[in-house]
Amino acid sequence: MSEEKRTPLLDVSGIHVYYGAIHAIKGVSFQVYPDEIVTLIGANGAGKSTTLNTITGLLRPKQGTICFDGKNVTSLPSHKMISQGIALCPEGRRIFQQMTVRENLEMGGFIRQASEIQSSMEEMFERFPRLKEREKQVAGTLSGGEQQMLAMARALMTRPRLLMLDEPSMGLAPILVEQIFGIIKEMHGAGVTILLVEQNAQMALSIADRAYVLETGTITMEGQADDLLHNDNVRKAYLGS
Amino acid sequence: MIFLDKLITGISLGSIYAIIALGYTMVYGIAKMLNFAHGDVIMMGAYIAFCTLQYLNLPPVMALIVAMAACTVMGVVIEGLAYRPLRQAASLAVLITAIGMSYLLQNLALMIWGANPKSFPGTMISIPTLSLFGGQLKITGATLVTILANVVIMVGLTLFTSRAKTGKAMRCVSEDRGAASLMGINVNRTISITFAIGSALAAVAGILLCSSYPTLQPTTGSMPGIKAFTAAVFGGIGSIPGAMLGGLLLGIIEIFGKAYISTELGDAIVFAVLIVVLLVRPSGLLGKPVREKV
Repeated sequence: MSEEKRTPLLDVSGIHVYYGAIHAIKGVSFQVYPDEIVTLIGANGAGKSTTLNTITGLLRPKQGTICFDGKNVTSLPSHKMISQGIALCPEGRRIFQQMTVRENLEMGGFIRQASEIQSSMEEMFERFPRLKEREKQVAGTLSGGEQQMLAMARALMTRPRLLMLDEPSMGLAPILVEQIFGIIKEMHGAGVTILLVEQNAQMALSIADRAYVLETGTITMEGQADDLLHNDNVRKAYLGS
Repeated sequence: MIFLDKLITGISLGSIYAIIALGYTMVYGIAKMLNFAHGDVIMMGAYIAFCTLQYLNLPPVMALIVAMAACTVMGVVIEGLAYRPLRQAASLAVLITAIGMSYLLQNLALMIWGANPKSFPGTMISIPTLSLFGGQLKITGATLVTILANVVIMVGLTLFTSRAKTGKAMRCVSEDRGAASLMGINVNRTISITFAIGSALAAVAGILLCSSYPTLQPTTGSMPGIKAFTAAVFGGIGSIPGAMLGGLLLGIIEIFGKAYISTELGDAIVFAVLIVVLLVRPSGLLGKPVREKV
């Protein structure tokens, strides 16, 4: 296990998260190592998005710690996370609907200098030519697939070290899902570590290095993505066969 | 000529409503709350300008600067102390706090300056009255300055929200607070800045209001505050051009209503128009209907 010797880029250890009286996350621990694609899979309501929102500080854990690159970031406010190098492409995309494509990307680079924003934006337009065509269009008028691309491009504007993607395939036609996953692989190839949350377990496991299975707020299984893809229990529960 | 005279008076009053309405609409758009103390910040601004002129004998420009600075601080402090702790609370709790804050400011003014109305000095805006058509149409300096100030503020704010980084951050916070903070935008700070801008504008509005209607007392801000709120809703709350349009129309309707229909019913006509507009267009004239998120 050569990975175990390295320091994890993201180390989540024993977090408990509550929504009022509801105990949503019950002691979840997992690690993401540099250059990995790690996926969290699980059914609707298992706590996948809650976990990601807790990492970015949108929610606070009652217990447990979150370390990024060896630094404890558990109590850092959410607007400080991006400058640490953690970007989240949130569930439901949450692009700024009333702003143009260009403005959305600018906002993605909010913490950076104007010149850096410009070069990142050119990079994004190269990677997502569709967005270049739509540059001055109001984001709310884009199609679902284009909105997902915009959300991903926006999250990449700061050149994050860890990109967390929450259900990037949600509501998209199969052909677009293929395209989005292709882009995820490309971004990984460009040196971004990826934490992917998906209900589409088949797709997620097919591109991930390692995976964790989340069930009602606890991790019930973990391992190499390939092994899980061929595991009978996983196949029955999440892959429909 | 009477028509033209009334129209100009209406535009001038409407400009004051528009500037006040901007404070309501920006705070509503960004902090998602109705700051009912806004009208009273206007009154405080007017009193502070009054004191600077009357007791400190400073020039009008200084009175403007002092009043704006004091109101900015006041707005930020009110937000930080009274509203910020309630960020996660039910909107009703925030609303009641805002009403409480409104009475607190009025009583504070009563305590400091007493109940007797003060006469706001005409020296604040000492531009001579413009006489047109051989004296048939007179436009006071205060009217000119008010209309001009409204145009400048409107252009300035539009540029600020469309070009400046902080202005764009405000639009992000207005649309999606969570997503904005993921971008690295400090939501609390952005809301503070919004209150600061709204309150600085309230000081300007207070000075303009009292320059045209010089009776200054602790309740001076109440009625214009409520009417400006009406204007903001009328134009589409959350929309900056909406506040401008709503304010101007409201001022014109009020003055015309008083001139041609009934002096007593002037205010009633204003609110009746609001009711009709909201029946036909619930989101106001320029308000965007709430869109379903996909």
